[in-house]
Amino acid sequence: MTVKIMPCLDMQNGRVVKGVQFVDIRDAGDPVECCRAYCNAGADELALLDITATVEGRATMLDVVKKVAEAATVPFTVGGGISDVKSAAAVLAAGADKISTSSAAFRKPDVIAEMVKEFGADRVTVAIDAAVNANLPSGYEVYIDGGRTATGADAVEWAKKVDGFGVPVILPTSKTTDGVKTGYDLPLIRKIKAAVSAEVVASGGAGTLEHFYDAAEAGATILLAASVFHFNIIAIPELKAYLKSRGVDVRE
Amino acid sequence: MDIIDYGMGNLRSVQKAFQRIGTTSRIIASPDEVLHSAKLVLPGVGHFARAIQILKSRGLFDALNQAVLVKKTPILGICLGMQLMTGFSEEGDAAGLGWINARTKKFVFTDKGPRIPHMGWNGISILKNSPLLNNLAPDALFYFVHSYYVACDQEDTIISRTCYGTTFASAFQHENIYGCQFHPEKSHDAGLQILKNFAYR
Repeated sequence: MTVKIMPCLDMQNGRVVKGVQFVDIRDAGDPVECCRAYCNAGADELALLDITATVEGRATMLDVVKKVAEAATVPFTVGGGISDVKSAAAVLAAGADKISTSSAAFRKPDVIAEMVKEFGADRVTVAIDAAVNANLPSGYEVYIDGGRTATGADAVEWAKKVDGFGVPVILPTSKTTDGVKTGYDLPLIRKIKAAVSAEVVASGGAGTLEHFYDAAEAGATILLAASVFHFNIIAIPELKAYLKSRGVDVRE
Repeated sequence: MDIIDYGMGNLRSVQKAFQRIGTTSRIIASPDEVLHSAKLVLPGVGHFARAIQILKSRGLFDALNQAVLVKKTPILGICLGMQLMTGFSEEGDAAGLGWINARTKKFVFTDKGPRIPHMGWNGISILKNSPLLNNLAPDALFYFVHSYYVACDQEDTIISRTCYGTTFASAFQHENIYGCQFHPEKSHDAGLQILKNFAYR
């Protein structure tokens, strides 16, 4: 199985907050244009993250999901504000292939079981925001509410619990490395990977080609990034050629 | 091209993929439309036994048999749609349409085996010439999402195999009946080629 490259579109009020700049597209903030550009560049999957996820924004987001579903030629996962079976069902009905849930799942883990039962495990991803906390056994603490609220819970313990629900993909994002482009949080990836049977997504911190390789080496099988793709620091074909040259199996 | 809607999964992406290759398609839901169709697509995501139950309760099961076996209408089953064409599935222990001499089985691996579901990009080994698999790059990859797989008892219907812990039929063909386990509508260019092959065969 190949390692998957997953560009992430951060969305706010129906627009991509960071536009795609690496190809000649008319409107860099239009999610459909961005989606098309990434698919053609060789993205293996896409993530759409509604970073505000306000109640008012839900209808807009569903409309975006519908349009992206029509343009996407690879599977895409939608996250942000998905708190229960009902909101997940609406996003899936709009055409998303998978949904990702985070805070709601942590607050009420039964939500995970309900979603798995209702939609099948393969459509559910659980995202875990984590930051370094030396006082916890794994050294990482779970954060919720878009990374604003510390929970006191151990991130690896939580990942194990999530894994127990049969969720096939766990997406830990490190608050410690996110957005700083100094590399993924490799210890976090390694610790979670060692504790779960699910696929682990590397998220937060990619800045160079080596960073992607390091994450794959640490056990991540889905490599997510936003800025490096948005700002044309790394092009997907270049990244795949690099990973291949270092012995990582990728789809070309 | 008529895409059968029986309430299992979103069909828009399949329809959109056909649009992308220049084929007009409709979404149909009635037995009568199935009977009068020139070319059918049976997509689907979900539970085998539930799907068969829905097909029966809506009169689609009989209409499909009539269209495919008597009228010889070409049909492409995708993912669950492919599995429904087999004789039996372990998912709900239910009988299928039975057009292909095959059974749908659950992946069973040891703790050290690969993860279930089989989810991601994987290759296919072409075993037999079929119009469905024309013009593919030798290393083309396709997107798979499934926990059950088609084991063909009748080997000569298998047109491609894929290995994931075990070897299974990733595509089959028997006369006018085509099936693929992967999602062509989610497999970018390689997937579009499959749809093109079916649409223009």
